[in-house]
Amino acid sequence: MDKLDAALNFNREALNLRAQRQEVLASNIAHADTPNYKARDIDFSSRLTEAVERGRASQSMSMSVTSSRHIRAEAQAMPDQNLLYRVPNQSSIDGNTVEMDVERINFADNALRYESNLTVIGAKIKTLLSAVQQ
Amino acid sequence: MPYPSNSMNIFNVAGSAMTAQSQRMNVTASNLANAESVAGPDGQPYRAKQVVFEVAGSGRSDVGGVKVASIREDTSPAKMVYDPKNPHANPQGYVAMPNVNVVEEMTNMISASRSYQANVEVLNTAKTLMVKTLTVGQ
Repeated sequence: MDKLDAALNFNREALNLRAQRQEVLASNIAHADTPNYKARDIDFSSRLTEAVERGRASQSMSMSVTSSRHIRAEAQAMPDQNLLYRVPNQSSIDGNTVEMDVERINFADNALRYESNLTVIGAKIKTLLSAVQQ
Repeated sequence: MPYPSNSMNIFNVAGSAMTAQSQRMNVTASNLANAESVAGPDGQPYRAKQVVFEVAGSGRSDVGGVKVASIREDTSPAKMVYDPKNPHANPQGYVAMPNVNVVEEMTNMISASRSYQANVEVLNTAKTLMVKTLTVGQ
C-alpha cells in the first residue's frame, strides 16, 4: 500500500461501511410492515477495525491453489455473519422487529456521519493536493 | 466485502417499498369503494382484500426490497343487513353486505401513507448523500 493510498485508507473504509449501514437501515425502514421481518444492523466499530487492520480481503473466501494451472476463484463470504439482529424494545404480534423511531434516528445519524466523513475526506484531499502543488 | 456495496441499491429497496405500499393503498381504496357493493360480477357480495408483504431477497443477502407476496381475501362472514325491499334480499329479508371493516381500512390507509412517506424520506437522504459523494474532493 503506497502512502497516498494509506492516507485515505481509514476514511475510505469508514465511508464504505457507512454506505453499507445506510443500505441495511433503508431496508429496515422499507420492511416496517412486512410480517416476520427481523430488523438488522452492523457492528460498525468492529467491522471498521477488521477492515482497516486486515483489509477487505479478510472478509472474502478464496479457494486454495496447489498448482499454477488452477484457476483462482474467490467467493464472497456469507453476509449473514456480519449482519446482526436488533433486539426490539416492544415486539409486535406479526413477528416484525422494526421499530420505526429507532430506525429513523439511526438512519439520520448514519447519514450525518456519512456526510461528515465526506467532509473530512474532501479536506484531506485538498491538503494532499496543496502539498503536491508546492 | 460481504456484498456488493452498491449504494444505488438503496433506491431499489426504498422504491420497491413505495411500490408495495402504494399497492396496499390501492387495495384499501378498492375495499373502501366497495364497502356497499352488494353484488360483484359473480353475484356474490364483495369480499375485503388484504396485501401480504415479503422480503424480495436476492439470495445472497438478507437486505432486499419489498414485494407483495399475495393479495388475500378476508374470509370473515358477510354482514347480514335487514332490508326486505332490496332486490338482493333473501326470503327472510336479509341482504349479505361486504365484510369490509371501514375503520380497519382507514387505519390501514394511514399506516400505508406514513410508511410511504418514510421511504420517500429515505430516498431523499440517499440522493443527497450520493450527490455529495460525487462532489468529493472538489
